[in-house]
Amino acid sequence: MTELAIDVRGLSKHFANKVAVNKVDLQLPKGQVWGFLGPNGSGKTTTIRMLCGLLNATEGEGTCLGFDLRRDAELIRRHTGYMTQRFSFWTELTVRENLEFVARIYELDNRRRCVDDTLDILGLGHRQHQLAGALSGGWKQRLALAAVTMHRPELLLLDEPTAGVDPQARRDFWDQIHRLSNEGMTVLVSTHYMDEAERCDHIVYLAHGNLITQGTVPDIIDQSGLISFRAEGMNVRALEPRIAKLAGVEYAAYFGAGLHICGHDRALLEKAVESVADQGYQWHEIRPSLEDVFIALMDQSGADIRSHA
Amino acid sequence: MSDRRRYSQGVSLARINAVFLKELIQMRRDRLTFAVMLAIPILELVLFGYAINTDPKHLPTAIHAEEYTPIVRSLIAGLEHSEYFDISKNIPDAREGDHLLAGGGAVFVIEIPVGFTERLVRGERPQLLVAADATDPVAASNALSRINTIVNRALRKDLNGALAHLQADPGPVEVIVHPRYNPEGITQYNIVPGLLGVILTMTLVMITGVAMTRETERGTLENLLAMPGSPFEVMVGKIIPFLGVGAVQTVIVLLVAHWVFSVPFVGSISLLLFSVTLFIIANLALGFTFSTIAKTQIQAMQLTVFFFLPSMLLSGFMFPFRGMPMWAQVIGEVLPLTHFLRVVRGIMLKGAGFGDLRMELAAISVFMIVVVLLAMVRYKRTLD
Ligand SMILES: Nc1ncnc2c1ncn2[C@@H]1O[C@H](COP(=O)(O)OP(=O)(O)OP(=O)(O)O)[C@@H](O)[C@H]1O
Ligand SMILES: [Mg+2]
Repeated sequence: MTELAIDVRGLSKHFANKVAVNKVDLQLPKGQVWGFLGPNGSGKTTTIRMLCGLLNATEGEGTCLGFDLRRDAELIRRHTGYMTQRFSFWTELTVRENLEFVARIYELDNRRRCVDDTLDILGLGHRQHQLAGALSGGWKQRLALAAVTMHRPELLLLDEPTAGVDPQARRDFWDQIHRLSNEGMTVLVSTHYMDEAERCDHIVYLAHGNLITQGTVPDIIDQSGLISFRAEGMNVRALEPRIAKLAGVEYAAYFGAGLHICGHDRALLEKAVESVADQGYQWHEIRPSLEDVFIALMDQSGADIRSHA
Repeated sequence: MSDRRRYSQGVSLARINAVFLKELIQMRRDRLTFAVMLAIPILELVLFGYAINTDPKHLPTAIHAEEYTPIVRSLIAGLEHSEYFDISKNIPDAREGDHLLAGGGAVFVIEIPVGFTERLVRGERPQLLVAADATDPVAASNALSRINTIVNRALRKDLNGALAHLQADPGPVEVIVHPRYNPEGITQYNIVPGLLGVILTMTLVMITGVAMTRETERGTLENLLAMPGSPFEVMVGKIIPFLGVGAVQTVIVLLVAHWVFSVPFVGSISLLLFSVTLFIIANLALGFTFSTIAKTQIQAMQLTVFFFLPSMLLSGFMFPFRGMPMWAQVIGEVLPLTHFLRVVRGIMLKGAGFGDLRMELAAISVFMIVVVLLAMVRYKRTLD
């Protein structure tokens, strides 16, 4: 059996009278990169905060890096790097001063070398004397990543590290994540980007505080039982309002020059396609994308919550 | 594995240093706050300094004279001539004098008893009774400090010939002053030393309270909490730079007190510095405690004002402590400023030593310890 970096069961967090996270189980093997997905307010940040000891779990127990979640929070802190969703380093300090602060806090040996090396690896060297507050979004994320990895943590918790960053910077950031993973760090990264999800070894999908599904990307698509058809042709733009309301069509959305319709019931979907067959569109079945699956899941869990309410 | 579990159990100087340096940089880059911290003592000293320097004259004075002999007339004329006293009323009985004082109609009531002239001529040094409204000691003190001279000068031309010997010491008349409402008789020298405590209280509680809630507001607290560090380390690291601010303020006030206002300093400077340090730490720790209650910088400031007002009003800075009602005195005794004022005034003006002040210093220490413990208990290691 592989060793687990995170092993928690029944993790719950209640705020006042709101359940933010509801009985979540997570078993994350060492050395992997896991993606943490789910709509806004689904409990990703809250779960991550419980994992690094920033919030006390209302219920549930388990270990992080072999340390007990409740008893050994201080040890977990020492061996975990947590990058917050909102930039949370000191804007009045320069890049270098921020890193020096972190190096002192973790009591690192060879502080100067550590800071120099980190600046080097993340390409921050030429900006080391800039105030952190004056950096652009992409460079802020880089500084944050530098700062939370400088003490060589075994576990890296990244909360939407690439939100609002351009594609090139996102790609660079993910190169860094994979570099760190190759060095043996275990990574849990939350994101709203599908392309980032597809770079992960394993995905966990949360909605309304519940763990809805998890697995590799192909697994999740297979398990969803979702069926997708794509229509192309002239006037495809006029198709959506007509087909979206038909039975069996759970959702319809444009992708490039085509329209995708998705649903779980093949017979109904095929009937819907039949009903607009005279219009001269070319239809073919496609493999649902991860996004298709997530949107379907989002609708479903939303409907579940509404039906329970 | 055993190595992973290892970490310094005790207080980490490296971490205290980390927080200290960070705070120092932030303070240095926040020029405005820094400037305000230095400007406040100067501003307050100048404002209060004007009050100290004024030499109020023409103070309403009522006279209750039992007799109107030429000598008494000379005396009254002399008082008026001095410009300090405006004799507005001759009142028929002493009771009315009390009312006038209480209602603010007069700052002084001077009573010339029966047989004043006769006893004066016989060289028996009759009493001249002066009741003074000393609520505002600055207002009354100059006039009072000069009244003996004024009386002597007024009588000089009447006391000649055979009576000339009466002019010799101790003078022909015994002036007896009854300061009302302010039995402690706070003088102008009391204000500047008191100002030291007021300035330190106001600025230091606020500066730490705000520095800490700023971390909450900007989200940097989440980062700080995700890293190793005990409440004690964070608190000490945060407080040390502001200890420096307090020290600079103290030096400014003491220098201005000496050079500008010539406030005497008769006691031990090292005892004063020790007391000031104690007091500064108590205030900084209080600011830290406030920051564990306040969620925003504005709230931290409101809490500071909430604490500062009673400190200013009930500590004996604004009003004489013993003149306050019992409940106010009880509240006053809890406030560190009350004890600090006694300490500073004691050291600077009366030359009090450690032995004289140990109860006051103990009171400040107790306050400090309680506040530090409260801060430790309240400072959460989580975001809950
Ligand atoms: N301190 C808090 N007090 C009360 N409710 C909270 C608190 N923190 C989070 N919540 C609620 O818990 C739920 C989960 O929030 P959380 O921030 O974990 O979601 P998220 O998945 O990270 O969302 P996003 O993608 O927008 O970052 C939300 O409904 C949120 O309003
Ligand atoms: Mg979040």
